Amino acid sequence: MPDYKKPLPHPTPASRPFWEAAKRHELQIQRCTKCSAHIFYPRELCPECLAPDLQWIKVSGKGSVYSFTIAQQATHHGFAEEVPYVIAIVELDEGPRLTTNITGCKPEAVRIGMPVVASFDDVTPEMTLVKFRPA
Amino acid sequence: MSIKGKAAVVGFAETKPQKSSGDRTALGIIGEVARDAIADAGLEKKDIDGLLTGIAFGDFSVLWPSVVAEYLRLHPRYFSQVELGGASPAGMVWRAAAAIEAGMCNTVLCVVGDTWGNRTLALKPPPFPRMDAEFDAPYGLIAANPGYALIAQRHMHEFGTTPQQMAKVAVDQRKNACKNPAAMFGNKEITVDDVLNSRMIVDPLHLLEIVSPCSGGGAFIVTSAERAKQGPHRPVYLLGAGEAGGHCGITRAPSLTTSLVKPAAEAAFAMAGVAPKDMHFVQPYDCYTITVIVTLEDAGFCKKGEGGRFVEEHDLSYKGDFPSNTHGGQLSYGQPGLAGGMSHVIEGVRQLMERGEGRQVKDATIGYVNGNGGIMSEQCSLVLGVQ
Ligand SMILES: [Zn+2]
Repeated sequence: MPDYKKPLPHPTPASRPFWEAAKRHELQIQRCTKCSAHIFYPRELCPECLAPDLQWIKVSGKGSVYSFTIAQQATHHGFAEEVPYVIAIVELDEGPRLTTNITGCKPEAVRIGMPVVASFDDVTPEMTLVKFRPA
Repeated sequence: MSIKGKAAVVGFAETKPQKSSGDRTALGIIGEVARDAIADAGLEKKDIDGLLTGIAFGDFSVLWPSVVAEYLRLHPRYFSQVELGGASPAGMVWRAAAAIEAGMCNTVLCVVGDTWGNRTLALKPPPFPRMDAEFDAPYGLIAANPGYALIAQRHMHEFGTTPQQMAKVAVDQRKNACKNPAAMFGNKEITVDDVLNSRMIVDPLHLLEIVSPCSGGGAFIVTSAERAKQGPHRPVYLLGAGEAGGHCGITRAPSLTTSLVKPAAEAAFAMAGVAPKDMHFVQPYDCYTITVIVTLEDAGFCKKGEGGRFVEEHDLSYKGDFPSNTHGGQLSYGQPGLAGGMSHVIEGVRQLMERGEGRQVKDATIGYVNGNGGIMSEQCSLVLGVQ
């Protein structure tokens, strides 16, 4: 999709497992083996206890809308054709919050607290974004 | 040891914000306000031995403090960049005081300036933080508008804050701007309906609830309490300061509705030995209407969740029962880069020097200023006063 105009993530060694999992349509986050904290975004050490021993775990992808906004004006020129669209913070059942888009329903149907589930958007042959839809 | 009362702001200058900088560069604007602030303080360039400056989006580079020192041929014994977004200018006040109290220098020039829409420069703005670029930007959470919309939406959900209440902030501040010849939007008052009928940008924030980026600059001079007494103006002492941070992207903030203003303001009031109720005015950073509501709650002017009702029930104009952003706030003054956040500091100083002209708060001797950076990610609260 050479015409994809939105910003794309540039994975780092620390985050590559997350994006590779997304490409397989799986949601993976990190967990600290020392203090058991769930961690997102991916890091090289635990932001709670600073231990370096993090493991990747597959999570259910279930969560709820913590907050959202309906963009009535594109927040970047690449989104111009999608206005209005929903930018949201989703809180996973495991705790961490992610920035995402809510798809699969009308923007005006989105509510804070609404149960959602991860859905995977293969935006380019190399990259899959983690979005959410009503559960 | 405390820096309470150890240093004072003794002079200031700012340019009238302009939508376009024309052929001006950020350094040119910085030079102009630096010169005028030094003169306003009754000082000469050779008296300046400290320099604090901040990022200019229109003219960014590493080693920026040296670039500014070189441009103005200053010879600082203490110099640095304060990199706290919109909280940078408030952060400069206590850093200057601390450097003076520590004996590193005597008199600090704090200066920022920026350009917007300057097409003569081929300069690139500084990059976004790497994690924001990787985990927020792909979904359209870019720059400040959607971040503050997420805060507003959650505040409405948790506390029943209404669009009318948020709009009232812009309406009252515009009244103040109409008394400020330097305000970019000071020609005519607006109503709550005007705000709510303005274009929806990022729901629930309308156009008139969002700052307008522009060009301009601001500067102030901090010197020791002793030396301050020799100046032409009533010295404005730093009585209390507090700062807080811990996240960059709003998605990583522990709460969207309880901000870092709380610890920053608590520290500032504790150092000053005063309470919010003792303030004669407030100058809370206002990039958006919701920012003011959250700040007033977290600084302790009302209970958490009651900020909407508070701004509805009080007159925020300079002659009202709760004078707030008496220069119009950035919403009406404009946001010339970091000089937007400096406008709150300068207005606090101006009021305490009794130089408020058509918008002077009567008998003001103590006030609260808050600087906010990023998406509520950097907070610096100040208590400023005379005597
Ligand atoms: Zn840990």
